[in-house]
Amino acid sequence: MNRVLSNIVGACVEAWQEVRIHKTRVMLSLIGVAVAVCAITTVVGLGAVAQQATIEQSERQSGRPASLQVYASKFDGSAPAPEIMADVWQTALERYDITYASRVTTTSQRVQFADGAASVATTGVDVPYGTMHRVTMSEGEWFTAADAERLAPAVLVNSIFYDRLGRPDLATHPTTTLLGDQDTTAVITGVFPAQGWEQEPAMYLLADSLAALAAPVNAAPTGLDGGANYFGPPTYELWVPPELADPIIAALQRDVSAALGDGATADVYRTDYASWTGGEDPYLSLKLLVGGVAGLVLLLGALGLVNIALVTLKQRIREIGIRRSFGATAGRVFFAVMMESVVATVVAGIVGVIAAVLIVKNPFVEDFISQGQVTDFPAFPVEAAIIGLVSATVVGALAGLVPALVAVRVKVIDAIRY
Amino acid sequence: MTRTVQLIDAPPLTILSGVNLRVAIGDRVSIVGRSGSGKTTLLNLLGLLDNPTTGELLFDGRPVRSFSGAERDRVRGRDVGFIFQQFNLLQGRTALENVMTPLLYAEGRQFWQRSRIASEMLDRVGLGHRLQALPDRLSGGEQQRVAIARSLVRGPRLILADEPTGALDLETGEAVMDLIDDVARASGAALVTITHDPAIAARATRHLRLDHGALQADHFSADPARTALALTPGRTP
Repeated sequence: MNRVLSNIVGACVEAWQEVRIHKTRVMLSLIGVAVAVCAITTVVGLGAVAQQATIEQSERQSGRPASLQVYASKFDGSAPAPEIMADVWQTALERYDITYASRVTTTSQRVQFADGAASVATTGVDVPYGTMHRVTMSEGEWFTAADAERLAPAVLVNSIFYDRLGRPDLATHPTTTLLGDQDTTAVITGVFPAQGWEQEPAMYLLADSLAALAAPVNAAPTGLDGGANYFGPPTYELWVPPELADPIIAALQRDVSAALGDGATADVYRTDYASWTGGEDPYLSLKLLVGGVAGLVLLLGALGLVNIALVTLKQRIREIGIRRSFGATAGRVFFAVMMESVVATVVAGIVGVIAAVLIVKNPFVEDFISQGQVTDFPAFPVEAAIIGLVSATVVGALAGLVPALVAVRVKVIDAIRY
Repeated sequence: MTRTVQLIDAPPLTILSGVNLRVAIGDRVSIVGRSGSGKTTLLNLLGLLDNPTTGELLFDGRPVRSFSGAERDRVRGRDVGFIFQQFNLLQGRTALENVMTPLLYAEGRQFWQRSRIASEMLDRVGLGHRLQALPDRLSGGEQQRVAIARSLVRGPRLILADEPTGALDLETGEAVMDLIDDVARASGAALVTITHDPAIAARATRHLRLDHGALQADHFSADPARTALALTPGRTP
């Protein structure tokens, strides 16, 4: 035990002496490794941000895992009566204690702007929708329960809509006129950023506000010249824990079908991105691509290290011979040369990882990679740091292996005379 | 024992033939001979760095061939101290680090207290004030004294000196040999010195000459009876 301990400590001391004495060589060889580790860690770290951006983008479109949609229809294709469906919906939410649920109604609403009236894509939702679809606000806030009590409905507009209004200060409670059989004045309480592809104004209203607004239109559609020119039945969305998704789907399908009675059917299905690939990691190909590039970078760094280690080993053969003459066993020489490489690359790895953290967590880099699509910036991924350090150690061991084998094969007598 | 080497496109070259030598604790042996006579080969054999082609080499009464590679290295580190003509100090390491090097392969007290032991050893060879000096900042004599301290720091029982004064001027060489003799005498170690210098050889109590690979008593042997006893003809299987 004593011998093992002193051997390990002794080898580390030798390795550190080598690293200290051959600073320039070590620095030169390690720059490559540090850059490679920094690259692999940065790529993995930025990959996590990019992945989060893609995930959040998907979640804005189709909900977070697990998002469910309930679709009910009569056999003749028409929608069940709204009041019946509302009862069924409310009962189901209470029975299964589902907090995040929203009706979603899409329509087109005529709005009066200073330069004339225009149709605006309008979505009627419940308060939880904002969380369920990660809606971010550039100004103001998402709906709250208190907004349902307003006499003048609250409306959230996109930045195009807001620009067209002249970007009034929200603190002044700006209003907009929603045209219909009876014009409605709505208060703008928030602004959300338009997506890159969006060219037209859009807005959110609470589903009940929109229903109240559109009621006369439903009774007597007025077409494009009137208020809301299309107002179909709402869809029903839920956000539940992924592990409970399957039983909730089965239960809701059963309960809603039973509640609607004969002549109607209910279909419940997942809409989130995680359900599209049947449980497989939807980002596997991206990860493999990123990993492959990072691996190549590291391989190049390792080759540089092996190259320099082999060249310099020739200069050290005499030293190895001297050490052998003073009792260094072949195993000890092997271990020391290996350790020298490992100690050096671990130090380089730590430097590389620190540099990677500074790069990845730099606000400019985060903004560039996320392209404004990320609200929950992931912490610097621990796995990236671990991958970086483990890679450095493995590269150090592999790069040290060849010189260590060469060192062991040195004949002591020849080495001393070298 | 004999030692031959295989040459490419040439018959095997015999470097040592019929050598029979016994070195005991406290012996002072000098070996002289022309260049290429096999002196260094003999020293390498004694230092367990090489194996005889035929015959048997015993260390502490045990056949060296029965040692494993690691055991041979450990015995060499513990019981044999080399002093080289060119000093062979590790460049870039201080005098203290050079002397600590053999202690890195020791265990127990010698390993854990290597810094103190090495400092004491350097002090003993008169370099207590140059602990942190690098080899290229030391004179030739100082470098050889560091090398001596390094070879003796583990308290070897056999000191092998290969032309220890070959790179030094006459006066410094004398001083270095005084030091080697003193330290070897104090530790009771056997000292085998290879040299071209008759004055250095004369310091030994047993004087041997290697001539064309054969070991024989030198003409100025101080103790002919003992030398003759040591040079019984070698066995060749």
